[in-house]
Amino acid sequence: MFGFSFRPRKANSAQTAKERLQILLAHERGSGSSPEYLPILQKEILEVVRRHLKVADDAVDIRLERGDDLSSLEINIEVPTGGASTATQN
Amino acid sequence: MSKVIVVTSGKGGVGKTTSAAAVSAGLAMRGHKTCVIDFDVGLRNLDMIMGCERRVVFDFINVIQGDAKLKQALIKDKRIDTLSVLPTSQTRDKDALTKEGVKQVLDELREEFDYIVCDSPAGIERGAHLAMYFADEAIVVTNPEVSSVRDSDRVLGLLNSKTHIAERGDGSAIRAHLLLTRFDNRRSASGEMMSVEDVLDILAIPLLGIIPESQTVLKASNVGMPVVMDDKSAAGKAYTEAVGRLLGEQIEIRMDVGERRGLWQRLMGRTA
Ligand SMILES: Nc1ncnc2c1ncn2[C@@H]1O[C@H](COP(=O)(O)OP(=O)(O)O)[C@@H](O)[C@H]1O
Ligand SMILES: [Mg+2]
Repeated sequence: MFGFSFRPRKANSAQTAKERLQILLAHERGSGSSPEYLPILQKEILEVVRRHLKVADDAVDIRLERGDDLSSLEINIEVPTGGASTATQN
Repeated sequence: MSKVIVVTSGKGGVGKTTSAAAVSAGLAMRGHKTCVIDFDVGLRNLDMIMGCERRVVFDFINVIQGDAKLKQALIKDKRIDTLSVLPTSQTRDKDALTKEGVKQVLDELREEFDYIVCDSPAGIERGAHLAMYFADEAIVVTNPEVSSVRDSDRVLGLLNSKTHIAERGDGSAIRAHLLLTRFDNRRSASGEMMSVEDVLDILAIPLLGIIPESQTVLKASNVGMPVVMDDKSAAGKAYTEAVGRLLGEQIEIRMDVGERRGLWQRLMGRTA
């Protein structure tokens, strides 16, 4: 667009509500409720890791933080040797 | 020992989700390990009220169907470290919720949490039935209004017959508490709305608290913060006290719970 709005930018809770909804709905409309690929991704990660290490079924923990232009996916894998390895992708 | 508490009502829009969020956050703020579960399959909303909607990966249904482990689906609150949320699924398949599945999840949660708060959907169908089925206690959320009171009475009947505890048939019953919400002192005093006594006379269960109709509730939902965390607001205070009573504390119930109105509002607001 061009020019600028004469309405002052609202820093109130209604503005926060709108922004939260926009981010959430953008993700939901795109991919259904929760991203369908996540269970598959989890399974595949486990398969790959298991070629090298013995890990339990629930050793993979996927955390997601949806943002407006960037989402972050954090994958934690508990390995039995005592130390945990972490891989973070953006 | 852990306790499963269902927040239920029959009628929609009376304040169940608001109350489930507030009560669970209130219990967690008191140091109790608490988990709140959204049973409203298909209409996920608790995550928004709790402010964790951007972090949902797996949900209650994924866990029931074996696609995720419980600990992978639980979302830890960032503000209160004793609080976790188990979001529901957006699926339209209402049969996704099974009695065995719900039991398994609750049993596993009981091992880790002191309180498990179940946010029931409206109605008396499958979701509402399963939300109450395994409960030890119930918070019946009611507005001082005829259809809400009638539906609450119906729900009380179900709590006393169609639940795990009731079906044991040994005379034991779910402990049910009445939570009167969206209460407007002025309209009640003027006879426009039923009074607290009126509702108590009809439903005849102990009163857990009176939550005033309050602007703060909308603001809290806008920003995804359970209203109980706003300890300056009338609604936040009322929820804090209700949580105290739930924990067995003797806290007097105040009737003057309406939002305080300024002189200007009182002069101008007769019609508002
Ligand atoms: N004490 C209150 N004061 C003002 N608004 C309220 C109060 N409690 C709930 N509400 C509003 O009522 C609507 C329905 O509340 P909700 O908790 O979603 O009900 P339910 O889960 O029973 O359908 C929401 O818009 C909520 O903000
Ligand atoms: Mg609700």
